Order: sequence, then structure tokens, then C-alpha cells
Amino acid sequence: MISRTDLPLDHDAHARFLPWLIAFMVYLAALAVAGILVLNSTVNRWDQGISGTLTVQAMPSDGAVDVSPKVLQDARAVLSSTPGVLNVTLLDKQDTLALVEPWLGDLAGEADLPLPRLFDVVIDPDAGIDMTALGRRLAIAAPGVTVDDHRVWLDRLVRLLQTLQWIALSVVMVIFLVTIGTVVFTTRTGLAVHGEAIHVLHLIGAYDSYVARQFAGRALWLGLKGGIIGLAFAIPTLLAISYFAERMQMGAVSENGLHLYHYITIGILPFAVAFIAMFTARTTVLRTLARMP
Amino acid sequence: MSNLSNDLVVRFENVGLRYGLGPEVLQDIYFELEAGSFHFLTGASGAGKSSLMKLMYMAMRPTRGLISLFGRDVAITSRKDLPNLRRRVGVVFQEYRLLNHLSTFDNVALPLRITDTRESEVRKHVEELLAWVGLENHMKAKPATLSGGQQQRVAIARAIIARPRLLLADEPTGNVDDRMAYRLMHLFEELNRLGTTVVITTHNQQLVERLAHPVLHLDGGHLHAPTRSRDTFDSGDSDSDDDQIAMPYDPDVLNYL
Repeated sequence: MISRTDLPLDHDAHARFLPWLIAFMVYLAALAVAGILVLNSTVNRWDQGISGTLTVQAMPSDGAVDVSPKVLQDARAVLSSTPGVLNVTLLDKQDTLALVEPWLGDLAGEADLPLPRLFDVVIDPDAGIDMTALGRRLAIAAPGVTVDDHRVWLDRLVRLLQTLQWIALSVVMVIFLVTIGTVVFTTRTGLAVHGEAIHVLHLIGAYDSYVARQFAGRALWLGLKGGIIGLAFAIPTLLAISYFAERMQMGAVSENGLHLYHYITIGILPFAVAFIAMFTARTTVLRTLARMP
Repeated sequence: MSNLSNDLVVRFENVGLRYGLGPEVLQDIYFELEAGSFHFLTGASGAGKSSLMKLMYMAMRPTRGLISLFGRDVAITSRKDLPNLRRRVGVVFQEYRLLNHLSTFDNVALPLRITDTRESEVRKHVEELLAWVGLENHMKAKPATLSGGQQQRVAIARAIIARPRLLLADEPTGNVDDRMAYRLMHLFEELNRLGTTVVITTHNQQLVERLAHPVLHLDGGHLHAPTRSRDTFDSGDSDSDDDQIAMPYDPDVLNYL
């Protein structure tokens, strides 16, 4: 950025709205990027947390209250012999009762209800266990035993969150495109307003880059100014959203919230927008002046 | 014209120019200007003087023909080389074309600043030249606050500050009194003595008569062969007391040029 300019760009009325528009764009972009980052953390957390475990359920045979020990033993044998299975834990009956207690209360244990027995299985997420084949082998060796790898409902949730991420990313892209369009419009207006001065500079031997540098420097300054204003509004907004999300116990999504590195990423936005504005202004000027004789 | 050499600064060959689909305002222009020459360009209003000047300072391209500046064919010179070519040409525009938002000082400094000259050098040269054209007390003034004559002097100072090899002045004495007109002409002659090729358009026949330089005369878009000024105009009423009219000046002021 050069400190002295030969063109009175500081006094351009048409450029006065640019910092405010950029501020608004950075504000929206900051919210969208924060959304992308939080969703990304959530998806990763869910994906990693679930993909390392699976639940195997053994149902009592018809008329029985408990699952046959042989079935449990056969199921454990199949699971233990499956490559990629790291640990197999059979939840005892008390643990199972504890799981249904929120719905049935103490009655579950006293009423001799036919409760399933659960295996908590830790697997290597990278082992690529074929769940369908495992389910088949269990069904043959231990009838009434089924596998629940949580994938069905999890995949749907992950896909939903990933869709939201793409939407947020699209919003960010639209924001950048609008910013570029606005800078192009402002620069072209500036070129028209200062056409006479630019023509004189051209005729006395100024390189196009000399003129472009002045527009680019101005766009960088306005971009930074607007970007920092936008960020100054965005940070309190994000803090407020985090606070209210915590108050509303939206732990599933916001358990991790925004970390320092998230804020650093968001803090880069004003500089990114300012550099985009600078580059856009420079390109616009060079392309326009290239048409001069 | 002590520095005259055989190098051609300007060469026009079969040049024609038309605006849009209109008639040719310049037709079959042939002429050559040697380095260190001094020419007047005369002609009635509408004869094509300004158009010819615009072709010389590369504000326009000819409709046909060849224009060569400093030995380079302008038509095939790459666009990135044109600024360097333009920097060798100083132009005093007829309508001055000063940048109204800049001070007198900054207007004159422009040709030096676009070449990234050190600011201390810029200050030194601009102050010297503005003092010479009598504007040392108007350095911070904006063009709008200056008279027509003062603006003209600013335009002249801007045209010569970078010591151009070719100086093109379109009616440079149109808005100044006789004393300042002759003073400015002496400045042009001093630049010419230092090697600058000069072309001046003027309607001032008296001025042309008094300064014995060749004349390029345009008539209806056709250029007539250069003649000596005293042959072109009826010089019966001219006097020879130029030295009494001209202001004394210190030639050393242009030493840096």
C-alpha cells in the first residue's frame, strides 16, 4: 500500500458504503464459518465415538426370562474370534436393568421381565469389519443374537450435519462472490469518476500497475476497515450464541463449542476479505486500462 | 539548435486519421523531425493540429500509415513498452489537463513520481522550475484558484520537468501576456538547445515570425513541407527587439535537465 496517491480516492462518495458492506459480509461469513467449524467438530466426534464401538444384543428365547448361557457363550466366542474386535464385555443383568430404569422404574427387576443381554464390543475403526457377515455368523452360532453398530441412525445424522456444512460453505462462497462483485463495481465507478486524471497519468507514461496500485491500496484499506468492524460485531454474537446454547443444554451439538483455534480461523476472515478486495481492485483496473491505446 | 543530429525523433509516413466513420481529418501525412529540431505547427482552426499532436503523443492510433517515434514503430511496440516511450515525450495540452485535486507542486511532480524519483530530488527540481515560471508563491495552490495563464505555466512545467526528448506544446502561450509568452518561448528554446526536439502549435503569427524556426503548416488535413517561419508569414511588421521583450533568466536553472 502506498501512502501518497495521485488520485483522490479518499473522497469518493461511491466508495463510502464499501467498508459497511464488507463489515456485513464478514459478519455473516464469521457466523457461517463458526457454524461450519462447530458442525465439523460434532461430526468428527460422533463419527469417532461410534465407529469404535458396537452393541450386540441377545434376546431370551420365547417364554424364557433369561438368555441361555450357551447362547451368550457362543456369541462371545464368535465376537472374540472376529478380526478387528478388541474387547468384548457382557453387561450384567443389573446394568441392563439400569438402562431401562428411566422408563420402567424398579418394576423391571421385580416383574421378571424378559430382558435382552447386551455385549459392549470395542472394535478397531480401521479394521473394516463386515457387519452384515458378522450378523449372519452370530445368527447361525447363537440364534436370537443381533448386531447394532449404530450406523443407520448415525449416518443419517452425520449426513444431515454434512448437508448443513455444505449449505454454510455455500453461504460463505456467496458472501465472497458478492464482495468481489461489489469491489468490481466500486472500482469501475472509481475508474469512470477519475477517468480524466487516469488518462493524464497514462499519457505522461505511468504504467497501468502504478494506477492499479493506488486502487488496490485503497481497496485493501477499506476491506480491512470493514472486515474489522464486521469481526467486532461477530465475536460478541458468537459468544452470545455459545452462552445461550449452553444454557439451553444443546450439548449434543455444542459440547465442544468454539475453541481458540476456531476464533483464530474466524479472525483471519477480515484479512482474507481485504486481500480479496485488493486483488479484485487491481485486476479490475489492469483489465480496464488494458483497453486504453 | 546546437545539439542537432541526424537521429529521427518523429517519422510519419502516409498517415491518415478519421474519427469514427467521418471524413479523414488528416490525409497522407509525411514528415520527419530530427533530434534537436524546433518546429512550429500552424494552421487554421479545424485544420488538424491537435489531432496531429495527439498522434505524436500516442493518445490515438492512426487510421492508416506508419508512425515512428525514436526509431520505433508505434503500431508494433508492445503495450508494456509504451509507457517508457511516453516518458520521453513531454506534452503541454491545449486545455492544460491539470489534476484539480492536486496542488501546483504535486501536478508538476507527477512525471517524476511515476518514475519513483526520490522525494528530495522531486522537491528540488519542482521548486526550481516553479520559481522559474514565476509560481514559487503558488506551490500549494490548487489549479482552480489559479488564473488561466498560471495554469498554463503549471502545465508547461509538468511537461518539461522530466526533461523529455520530445516536447509537444499545443498553444502553450495562448493565455499569457507577451512578456510571459516570450519568456516561455525562451524556456522552450533553452530546452531545445539542450537537445530536446520541440513542436509548438500556435495561432500567434507574431511569435512565429520573431523566432526563426521551421514551420509545419496544416491546411484541410494536409501537411505542407516545412518552411522557415519568416517565409511562411508576412513578416513586414515584425520587429527585431526580442531581447528587449524577453525576460532575462538564469540558464543554470535548467542545468539538471
